[in-house]
Amino acid sequence: MAAVGARWHHVWVGTETGILKGVNLQRKQAANFTAAGQPRREEAVSALCWGPGGETQILVGCADKTVRYFSTEEGRFQGHKHCPGGEGTFRGLAQVDGTLITCVESGIVRVWRDSDKEASPNPLLELSVGPGVCRMRQDPAHPHVVATGGKENALKVWDLQGSEEPVFRAKNVRNDWLDLRVPIWDQDIQFLPESQKLVTCTGYHQVRVYDPASPQRRPVLQATYGEYPLTAMTLTPGSNSVIVGNTHGQLAEIDLRQGRLLGCLKGLAGSVRGLQCHPSKPLLASCGLDRVLRVHRIRNPRGLEHKDEPQEPQETKQASPEDTETDELWASLEAAAKRKLPDLEPPSEALQTRRRKKQRPGSTST
Amino acid sequence: MAKAGDKSDSKGKKGVKRKATAEEPQEAAVAEDGATESGAQPPKAAAFPPGFSISEIKNKQRRHLMFTRWKQQQRKEKLAIKKKLKKEREALGDKAPPKPVPKTIDNQRVYDETIVDPNDEEVAYDEATDEFASYFNRQTSPKILITTSDRPHGRTVRLCEQLSTVIPNSHVYYRRGLALKKIIPQCISRDFTDLIVINEDRKTPNGLILSHLPSGPTAHFKMSSVRLRKEIKRRGKDPTEHVPEIILNNFTTRLGHSVGRMFASLFPHNPQFIGRQVATFHNQRDYIFFRFHRYIFKSEKKVGIQELGPRFTLKLRSLQKGTFDSKYGEYEWVHKPREMDTSRRKFHL
Repeated sequence: MAAVGARWHHVWVGTETGILKGVNLQRKQAANFTAAGQPRREEAVSALCWGPGGETQILVGCADKTVRYFSTEEGRFQGHKHCPGGEGTFRGLAQVDGTLITCVESGIVRVWRDSDKEASPNPLLELSVGPGVCRMRQDPAHPHVVATGGKENALKVWDLQGSEEPVFRAKNVRNDWLDLRVPIWDQDIQFLPESQKLVTCTGYHQVRVYDPASPQRRPVLQATYGEYPLTAMTLTPGSNSVIVGNTHGQLAEIDLRQGRLLGCLKGLAGSVRGLQCHPSKPLLASCGLDRVLRVHRIRNPRGLEHKDEPQEPQETKQASPEDTETDELWASLEAAAKRKLPDLEPPSEALQTRRRKKQRPGSTST
Repeated sequence: MAKAGDKSDSKGKKGVKRKATAEEPQEAAVAEDGATESGAQPPKAAAFPPGFSISEIKNKQRRHLMFTRWKQQQRKEKLAIKKKLKKEREALGDKAPPKPVPKTIDNQRVYDETIVDPNDEEVAYDEATDEFASYFNRQTSPKILITTSDRPHGRTVRLCEQLSTVIPNSHVYYRRGLALKKIIPQCISRDFTDLIVINEDRKTPNGLILSHLPSGPTAHFKMSSVRLRKEIKRRGKDPTEHVPEIILNNFTTRLGHSVGRMFASLFPHNPQFIGRQVATFHNQRDYIFFRFHRYIFKSEKKVGIQELGPRFTLKLRSLQKGTFDSKYGEYEWVHKPREMDTSRRKFHL
């Protein structure tokens, strides 16, 4: 793993065997990085997030309650921090102002001082959000605000600088037509930019939008997709839609203005574990239990851009493309892809019908 | 070589026992067209209008005869070419080019990136630490529970009984309408390692669910071509209690590896070669054929086999991580016909 080579990875994927893989889409190569040189199942990656200072550092949350620091410039792990407390794997990882926020499955959210070389045993702040947490997400606009949700654990928004009570606590929807309580299982949360709204996707195949600014604590919008639990979600660049994936490998784009299904993406055969959209280009990277990383083009036309086979059950991902150099690389990737129509307006009616799949034989090098 | 269609008489028939053969020479002389040669010569393609084909002849009998004649000609030419090639081959002797291999669908298989390289360390590590590791490290030995869907009919019940003679250390239990999710914790507490459920539809078994128990993957197969023991011709006597050997053929891709390991973990580790019994799971084009044989070595190179036991064909429908939970479980692989079956040369196992 050459030092220069580490900078050219566009997508970072964490696996269940503890290997962090950097994938270079232009050269269609993947490089493996392990902390100890050998893959170990105890180090299964459960959460990934960018470190402070641009995209030079990645924080990797492992199953043995440690957070490892990986430098993309140097291409190696630099240190680790043991974050004990609570049971279960990490469900959320975030960093703000030199501190590290971790959330484990049993509902303990802790804020640690970010001195990565020494393990400071006491957290700065500790919150209990309730058992069965499935996701904790940080608001990119307000780094001190985090949202948590899980199985039978309703969505709560916490301000870490404020009081111990949540800023916003969501209420369950009304009983259904049989007057039975609707169960709650929030699997993934995203903050919508330029507003206070949040989107969640649930294990009961619902996508819900909450608005803390409105007096209504119940979801403002609810849409359903499919029959299987939705496991991952990502926002699309620009437009008001999200892409969700379920345990059968079905990916769908859902418009949040009306709650309509815009179109589906095909290719995945296993449960979707991680989804990430490029911040500006209409590209989506998806990974799942079928051990393949796929890059999809979301519109114009919808299809598969690239497929990479790292042979490991994949868990989480991070898409990296913010440097100017990588922007050029993404641009050349687009130029190389076959495009049918040069116009840029999204043909909304055509999206439903044109589900063309363009596949390219990806090559592996591990 | 076809004759003029519109006005042709029976002169076109060569070597056909027709009463017209005697009249042919005279008819040839009398022919209006003059397009034919004298009838003594075998009638060949003389001035026919170009672009003429046998199918334009309106008279069915004549058309048929012309066609059979044409076919015989083609066959003769083909034989002649073959003979010529064979002669050339013999003449060249050792320097003859190798025989061309005929194309089959298995030959033309689309290159699959997931085919496991035997030296791949990541896959080796993954397999060394997955749910079957405790079986392959000889820490656990298999104990199988075989059951069916509710209210099975005779065929399914007999298949279960025969399967339990084939798989050692297996027990058949009647499914009294119990939910699988309730059966599974009970099995785990009684140390079962695998659960097999044979699904039945309209009195024939048509599906198989194989769940590895402590926390292992669940595979759902479509089962077809089930033959019970009495339906197998020239079979041997019933299988004995000896532990059989296992053959797993052609499980090359990563998914194939997982499925192959699932099958391997059904049987105990040390086969008893005295029993001379072997169970084969042969994968070809994504169909897995199960056979159970008894073999005997007649000499060093010659083996005789007798088929015992039931035989069936399986096709993988889905592989789910975790024990049976079809609604909320996470799937490692799901068969999607409209996406995966578009090419005849692409296989997944």
